[in-house]
Amino acid sequence: MNKHVYHKLPKSYTLLLIIFLLSLLPFGGVFAQENDPNYPSDDDVNAIASQLYCPVCENVPLDVCGTQACAQWRELIREKLVEGWSEDQIKEYFSNQYGDRVLAEPPARGLNWLVYVIPPLVFLAGAIFLYRGFISWRKMGDDDDINEIHSEPENEDAYIARLEEELKNQ
Amino acid sequence: MVEDQNVTEQNLTEEKSGPKWGRIFAWGGLLALMLLVGLGLVRAQRPIVEVGSPAPEFVLTTFDDQQIDSKDLLGKVVVLNFWASWCKPCEQEAADLESAWQYYQPNGDVVFLGLAWTDTPTESAKYLDKFNISYPNGPDLGTRISQAFNRNMGVPETYIIDQDGTLHFVKIGPFISLQEITGIIDPLLP
Repeated sequence: MNKHVYHKLPKSYTLLLIIFLLSLLPFGGVFAQENDPNYPSDDDVNAIASQLYCPVCENVPLDVCGTQACAQWRELIREKLVEGWSEDQIKEYFSNQYGDRVLAEPPARGLNWLVYVIPPLVFLAGAIFLYRGFISWRKMGDDDDINEIHSEPENEDAYIARLEEELKNQ
Repeated sequence: MVEDQNVTEQNLTEEKSGPKWGRIFAWGGLLALMLLVGLGLVRAQRPIVEVGSPAPEFVLTTFDDQQIDSKDLLGKVVVLNFWASWCKPCEQEAADLESAWQYYQPNGDVVFLGLAWTDTPTESAKYLDKFNISYPNGPDLGTRISQAFNRNMGVPETYIIDQDGTLHFVKIGPFISLQEITGIIDPLLP
C-alpha cells in the first residue's frame, strides 16, 4: 500500500510566501484605477495634448514630444482629466501656467486677434485684385483686336496707293 | 478731341491699376503689416537684461501661496534661481544653493528665491523634497518673470541682484560649488 508522505514547508518558504502576498496589496488600487473605464486613456490625453505645444522645445506639439518634460505635462493633463476638468479648463490652465504660446490656437486677445483677421483680409484683397486684373486683361485683349481690325484698311490703303503710284510710273 | 483722349487714357490707367481706394487700402495694409513684423523682430531681438542695469521688478507667488514682491527686497541681496524638475544640470547645483541659503539665512541680508520654470506642480514638489530646499520657491506663471530677464531662457539660470535692485551677476548653467556662490555674494555684503 502506497502512502503519500507530506512534508511540511520550511518556515522560510512560508515567510517568503506571506511577504509576496502582502507586497501585492498596494498595487491593487493602481490596477483597479487603470481598469476603470472612466480613467483617461492615452488617446484622451493626446486629444488635448495635440492642441498644445511644448513650452520648451519650440514648434513641437505636446502629443508627439518625446522629452521627459513633455511626458510630465501629459501626465498633468491626465491628472486634470481624472479630477473632472474639461478640455477648455485644462487648456486655460496650461495657458496660465506656461503662457499663451503653448496653445496651438492663440486666444483672440491683445494683438493675437490680428492672426485671425489679416489672413482672410489679404486673401479677399488678393481675390479682388485678381478679379479686376482679369477683367482689365480681357478688356485690353478686346481693344487690341479692335485696333487690329481698324489698322487693316489703313495698311490696304497704303498698299493700294503705292501700287497705283508704281503703275503710274510705269 | 484731345481732352476726350486724355480722359480715355486716364480711365484706362485707372482700370489697369485699380481704383484709388483699393490702392490706398493695399499699400496701407502692406505698410501696417511690415510695421508689425518689424516691431516683432525688434522685440525678439531686444537684448536681455544686462549686468549693471536695473533688474526687472516681479511678484512671485510661492507654492505656499506667499506673495513676494521684489520691491520689498530692496536693501538685500537677491539670488533668483530658475530651475525645473526635468533639468539634470539643475540637480547639480540644488544642494549647493540650499547650503548657501543656510549659510546666509541667519544674517538676513541675502534672500534666495527659486522659480520653477515650465514645470508641473507635482514634479516641482518632488524636486523640492528631494533636495530639501527650504528657501521660498514658486512657479513662474506664464513664464512672465523669466521673459522679463531673458527671452531665450533656459535652465538653470541664476540672477544675483544687489541691494539697490541692480543686476550684479548672471549665471547661465549650474554653479560648480558652494564657494562659487559665496565668492559672488560676499563682495556685495558690508
